[in-house]
Amino acid sequence: MTLEDTSVSMETDTMISVRDLRVNYGDREILHGINFDVNRGETLVILGGSGSGKSTLLRTLVGLEKPSSGEIWIKGKNIAAIPLAEMDEIRKKIGMSFQGSALFGSMTVGENVALPLREHTKLEDSTIEIMLRLKLEQVGLQGFEYYMPSQLSGGMKKRAAVARALAMDPEILFFDEPSAGLDPIIAAGIDQLILELKQAFRMTIIVVTHELASAYLIADRMILIDKGNIVANATADEMRASTQPRVRQFLDRVAEPELARELDYLQMLTQSRRSP
Amino acid sequence: MDFVSRIGGSVINTLSYLGALASLGGRATYYTVAGPFQGKPLRLHRAVSQAMDVGVRALPILSLITFFIGLILALQSAYELRRFGAINLVATAVAISMSRELGPLITAIVVIGRSGSAFAAEIGTMKVTEEIDALETMAISPVHFLVAPKFLAMIVMLPCLTIWANSMGILGGSLFGVAQADFTFRRYIQASVDSLLLRDIVTGLIKSVMFGITITAVGCLEGLSTGAGAEEVGRSTTRAVVMSIFLVVLVDLVFTVLFFFVGGG
Repeated sequence: MTLEDTSVSMETDTMISVRDLRVNYGDREILHGINFDVNRGETLVILGGSGSGKSTLLRTLVGLEKPSSGEIWIKGKNIAAIPLAEMDEIRKKIGMSFQGSALFGSMTVGENVALPLREHTKLEDSTIEIMLRLKLEQVGLQGFEYYMPSQLSGGMKKRAAVARALAMDPEILFFDEPSAGLDPIIAAGIDQLILELKQAFRMTIIVVTHELASAYLIADRMILIDKGNIVANATADEMRASTQPRVRQFLDRVAEPELARELDYLQMLTQSRRSP
Repeated sequence: MDFVSRIGGSVINTLSYLGALASLGGRATYYTVAGPFQGKPLRLHRAVSQAMDVGVRALPILSLITFFIGLILALQSAYELRRFGAINLVATAVAISMSRELGPLITAIVVIGRSGSAFAAEIGTMKVTEEIDALETMAISPVHFLVAPKFLAMIVMLPCLTIWANSMGILGGSLFGVAQADFTFRRYIQASVDSLLLRDIVTGLIKSVMFGITITAVGCLEGLSTGAGAEEVGRSTTRAVVMSIFLVVLVDLVFTVLFFFVGGG
């Protein structure tokens, strides 16, 4: 997507827009005034190190954390200021895949995926059965509906969680660390799945991750968060070419200066121990 | 000044805890009682499977414990009654103290150990593994989905268990009655039944319903307020048990006082 395309669609078709968002945990402010927009059909990757506030941002976007100030507009509604009943209506149009899958351990994979349909629709059981098969097929898990989550591998659990997030045919899909805890091959499979979803359904997808390779692969646009502030908001190519020191540090995987010294020091200690 | 502010702090904490309990209890009651009429159907099969866990599976251990308690009660009261030559009152003593006090209380304590702790552990684990968050992002209320079936199961099962516990206690007492106090089994049971007023049983059952509400509210609240990390689950389970026992005794006291002054005993 070129820059011109983005600016045009931004005016016409903004799916999410965040204005001066601040979030506190107790007295500590985690996010210090975040601003960004996400367009319909766009895949936005939120990058950041551990403790940068990227997970908090995601949790706030789906309404799991209350912002202390600011606005979050999703589909024309400011979710920072609407009652729970209206929030639930919006939540039926979004899907979220959690870092640890968050499948219900007491239900089979099929029951997990069918749960939102059983809760929010009046569809017949037979129809739900068909939809459930369809969703499982989309994520490559056909035939696994009678397995318990504990019988699945990490990658399969992630896929099952994606199937559950897709159950209500959401317009926006959120991913929290989709490749966390997976080996590179399985993680690449999940990236591929995200790309397929994006192409097949033109869904708006927001991914929080710290995996650069996966971010470059799936992102239309990237946001880099550092210590609760957005330090960069650009396309993947612009990001790669960026000369901003903080961005470069993250992209080139340079350790914090103090941390590096500490590691050197530790290494020195252990080496002197080992040498006779 | 520091001392005063610390007292103030703990008063506020206690009040906010009680407030949270009441709010959770209120919402669960709404989903159990009013929800079905407003298009939020009750999860009956979940409630039934909870009732199996809370009630039916507790029967063996509860029977054993209350049988022994009945026997102990008989022995202890006989010790005193014998001095007055009134050992034939043993049946009355056991029957009344079981159904008014110990039946509901022992049942509650067994249920706290088996189910109150399990509620906290189950919901706490779901909190740690983000399953509660997942429910919320799917627009499914955790209170409706998880807490309300537990409430229903407890409110129905605790009185049933209490009736069972009362009978087992009387049975335990009869062992002593028959062996040591010249009762026949039939006469012992007859004496127990004769001594009981409906009021004795009903006040016990009212208490047991209140205990059920307390145990569920505490167990679920501790589960829902679990922090991050597996060790937090253990901590909230412990807190749930300790807090439930304390609150059950407190509720017991309040209702006993109430029945004493209002019901004339």
